[in-house]
Amino acid sequence: MDSIHDLGGKQGHGEVDKGDQDAPNFPQRWQAATFAMSNVGPKCGAWTNTDTFRHGVERISPAAYLTHGYYGRWLGGIETLLVEAGVVSQTEISARALTLGGSLDDLVAAQPNFNLGTPIEKPSAKGTQRQIESRPKFLVSSRVTTQNNSLSGHTRLPAYARGKTGTVIKYHGGWVFPDTNAHGKGEQPQHLYTVAFRACDLWDEGEDGVQVSLDLFEPYLLPYETS
Amino acid sequence: MTDNSDHDHGHPNTHQHTHEHPHTHESSPQAIRAEALESLLIEKGLLKASDVDDVIVQYEERVGPMNGARVVARAWKDPSFKQRLLADGTSAIEDFAFEGGQTEKLVVVANGKDIHNVVVCTLCSCYPWAVLGLPPKWYKDPAYRSRIVREPRKVLTEMGLALPTSTNINVWDSSAEVRYMVLPEQPDGTEDLSEEELAHKVSRDAMIGVAHL
Repeated sequence: MDSIHDLGGKQGHGEVDKGDQDAPNFPQRWQAATFAMSNVGPKCGAWTNTDTFRHGVERISPAAYLTHGYYGRWLGGIETLLVEAGVVSQTEISARALTLGGSLDDLVAAQPNFNLGTPIEKPSAKGTQRQIESRPKFLVSSRVTTQNNSLSGHTRLPAYARGKTGTVIKYHGGWVFPDTNAHGKGEQPQHLYTVAFRACDLWDEGEDGVQVSLDLFEPYLLPYETS
Repeated sequence: MTDNSDHDHGHPNTHQHTHEHPHTHESSPQAIRAEALESLLIEKGLLKASDVDDVIVQYEERVGPMNGARVVARAWKDPSFKQRLLADGTSAIEDFAFEGGQTEKLVVVANGKDIHNVVVCTLCSCYPWAVLGLPPKWYKDPAYRSRIVREPRKVLTEMGLALPTSTNINVWDSSAEVRYMVLPEQPDGTEDLSEEELAHKVSRDAMIGVAHL
């Protein structure tokens, strides 16, 4: 989906602030609590895989995405998915937040969508690598062009790499397909490739001597047509 | 910060400290909402307060960049291990029996005289937890995620790593479940050090690809 999470190549975010290199993983306790809450999904069935979880995070308020920090984004995703699954209501959470010093004006990251009705499936096996019967369509060194779709669901083809031509440099076997798995439409494993793009094929002002590689599922790729 | 251990993320092997970070409470809206949701989930029997402590202990004491540093040091010391590591990172690190998840498939990319590697995840913040621990804040921030794929030479320079124009840069955007770690070049004059001593020379940032050693 074309949401705020798809940050590759976006401009205006300023210099990288390395901050306190000695900072602990969880400077505040609520961040560790949020990490712990990210394990609740499989226990109550609100989400059973990382793809659904990531899509929950992608669907939060864009303003919160940019201002609530990494664990604030996770919190928004967790709340979104728990509320959609009926485990807890936003009324309950907001009422509890008020008793803890929250305000009615606080920006809430979660944006539950009850029309999605994500059916939840359990993973068919541990991890996300899967055997595939079909043969991979592309070989290492094949030239490929990426799809130029703008879908509303979850995908792992970043916008900056849509409709671009690159070269397959590695084949990784079959993996669960995030685009279906995130939505409870099955694991539908797909062949996965590392595809390398020259910076000048991605950006009009690409830097010299730069290559950007992405791990892309076969449905994202078309044979490169010279015409 | 009351932490009096001598750890330094620049040298992750000294990070084997006891758990003394203060974990302060703050009152930002997201902190309050997290506390609200946490208390509701505890009441519903889906979470225990001790789960939070377990997370902190796991990622601050057992999983961290010291793991990756040990892998790098062994690769410098043992050419056959280096060969195995670059051919198949996942099986090469099995000897270490790391925990920590997010590393179902590890690809290790080696820096060289004319090639520099740097890792990012533009879509979320994928990172090889088992070898590097949890990512630093800047790795998850929009500035790094948006810019390192578009102008890596400039961003690396800003971060203190000015590369000669003759050095090619490979950026690895972790868009699926493959996780990447950079094998930095061994610093000159360290040939006689032991594997353990070498591990202390390796920084987290060098294994992400935003610093030299």
